Amino acid sequence: MSAGLNPIAFVTRTRRQGRIDITDVLSWVWLIGGTLAVLIPVVWAGLSSLKPAAEITRFPPTFLPRAAVQQTVPGYEAPLSLWKVTIDGQQREMAMVRRIGLKAQMVDPKQPGPPVSVDVRDMSAVQRLTVATENYSDPLTRFDFLTFLKNSVFVTFVATLLTLIVNALAAFALSKYRFRGEKAIFVLIISTLMIPLTVVMVPAYLVVVGVGLVDNLWGIIIPTVASPTGVFLLRQYMLTIPDELIEAARVDAASEFRIFWRIILPLTAPALAVLAIFSVLWRWNDFLWPLIVLSSRDNFTLQVGLNAFQGEFSVQWHYILAMTFLSLLPVTLVFLFLQKYITTGIAGTGMK
Amino acid sequence: MSTLRLPQIGERALDLVMGIVEAPINGLERLMGRKRMPYLFLAPNLVLFGIFTFLPIAIAVGYAFTGGTELFVSDRPFVGFDNFRQLLECEDYLRPGSCRESLFWTAIWNTLWFVAFNVTATLLVALVTALILNRAIAARGFFRAIFFYPVLLSPVVIGLIWKWFLDRNGLLNALLQMLGVPPEIFLLEVGWSRFFVVVVSVWFHMGFYTLILLAGLQAIPRDLYEAAAIDAASPRRTLLRITLPLLGPNLMVVLILLMIRSVQIFDEAWVLTNGGGPGTANSFIVQYIYQMAFGSDLRLFGLASAASVLMGLVLLALTLVQLRLGRKMES
Repeated sequence: MSAGLNPIAFVTRTRRQGRIDITDVLSWVWLIGGTLAVLIPVVWAGLSSLKPAAEITRFPPTFLPRAAVQQTVPGYEAPLSLWKVTIDGQQREMAMVRRIGLKAQMVDPKQPGPPVSVDVRDMSAVQRLTVATENYSDPLTRFDFLTFLKNSVFVTFVATLLTLIVNALAAFALSKYRFRGEKAIFVLIISTLMIPLTVVMVPAYLVVVGVGLVDNLWGIIIPTVASPTGVFLLRQYMLTIPDELIEAARVDAASEFRIFWRIILPLTAPALAVLAIFSVLWRWNDFLWPLIVLSSRDNFTLQVGLNAFQGEFSVQWHYILAMTFLSLLPVTLVFLFLQKYITTGIAGTGMK
Repeated sequence: MSTLRLPQIGERALDLVMGIVEAPINGLERLMGRKRMPYLFLAPNLVLFGIFTFLPIAIAVGYAFTGGTELFVSDRPFVGFDNFRQLLECEDYLRPGSCRESLFWTAIWNTLWFVAFNVTATLLVALVTALILNRAIAARGFFRAIFFYPVLLSPVVIGLIWKWFLDRNGLLNALLQMLGVPPEIFLLEVGWSRFFVVVVSVWFHMGFYTLILLAGLQAIPRDLYEAAAIDAASPRRTLLRITLPLLGPNLMVVLILLMIRSVQIFDEAWVLTNGGGPGTANSFIVQYIYQMAFGSDLRLFGLASAASVLMGLVLLALTLVQLRLGRKMES
């Protein structure tokens, strides 16, 4: 029996030098198939976002963004579309004036004379690679997308900054001091890790209404600033910083707060970087909570705005996809540059 | 002084700001004494935790026993177990139509089916991928990164990308047409839409679980495999006797984590299926809670809270199992 055809052997064998067997082939098929499965929907949406409105719903679709070429011809007000036409066995590029049934009236764009009648079966549209930048510029100028973008940037930036400060302070207290209630407070904070938003959705909304932050960007920033994940991550890291450094600073009469931001904070930089990356991703992608708290369009974040937009303009895929791509871009850039930090951060803490 | 570089200017500005911040804090230190400083450092965190995490938890349970459409607890009449009775009264739990709150039971059954398929599919895909990546394979980092990439995307973005991919004029229909299959509006058909909600969920999250399982696989001592090779153990035996038993605890953690997260399916399914469609084919339990409380002015906060409490109990049970497993893993 060939062990190579065995599905279990396929995933367990290790590669042997100088020999390629079926398990290697199957592994590569799996990996390359998986890579395609991940990339194709994303790339397809990206390419589609560059297509003009008239082209995007063409079926079967072209892969690259192409569009019919139009040209202004002297003597005609509106720009005319260009077509490849075969007349008397000769191929020519002509502009279409009008179409009547199976006949089309064409003129030569360079020497516009009286229109020639051409059978529609003898012509095909001239298409060129075109990028519809208006898909990106229109929503930013005509619709509210600039507002959504500004709100998302504001929320992401402010919330991340506050998350770092508030949780670093707490982690400092919990890692470098012994005081009454230390353990109880730590356990209390960590235990909230287990309670997801979906369970306390309604009372959390009640509290936000109670403190007057409903339909306000601060209403989505403040409630999740104190992060148990953040406290845990930073505390574990600060525990590895030797106490002697603090003792030495105290001998030099440094204040406790000065020790925090002059000694502890710089040494915690790697953990702070990981928390910052996660905070940016959480905030930028957050959906359910902003959906509940924000109600007026001026306050929508990009994710809530995108969802509202696709409900209202369900056929305007060229705009929807362009905005989708705009919101995906920062995350992709963060990932490209900080991929190592993110994957080791997750493998180390099991958080997401 | 005239040749200050930009980072230096930033540093000086920061020094200035911190000097202003520092002064009152140092004043407090002189007043309170060094021993009490940790309480001051903890204060911002604990105040925020108290208001936005502990208070809602405390309210959550009480809320489920009140009725009406007012938001504040003091304005709401106490109704005892009415909300729970409304949710749970049912002639035949297998037929949601016979229940008083048929939407709730439709959501429960949809969620259970989703959890069953999603957990199985994600676990299998992640395990196979992790096992392959654990082999001495070229470009491992590249593949790990590619599979992980969707995890970072927003659920709204993923919902929209897939909606477009599955559109009547989308790429999938174009590819199928090349094979001679007639086009299908996948998201308007009950079976297909459910199938693709699972596909999208696996696509979205498998990279995360692959990463955890891969970390577990790499922690298995190499010499065990060397010993197995010396004994000429078959690959099947190596997998069943070494890899899977040693990966077992990791697998269990991943399984429970997956279950906890699958029960809470909402964002990407909501966007992909236009709010649970077609009909209620993809309406899940979190969507039920959201719609009862916030959707279309129903404001049935008590009913929504009661459903939250029921879901919370299920999640609590799963979490306790996870904690017990975690403790076992450590010892």
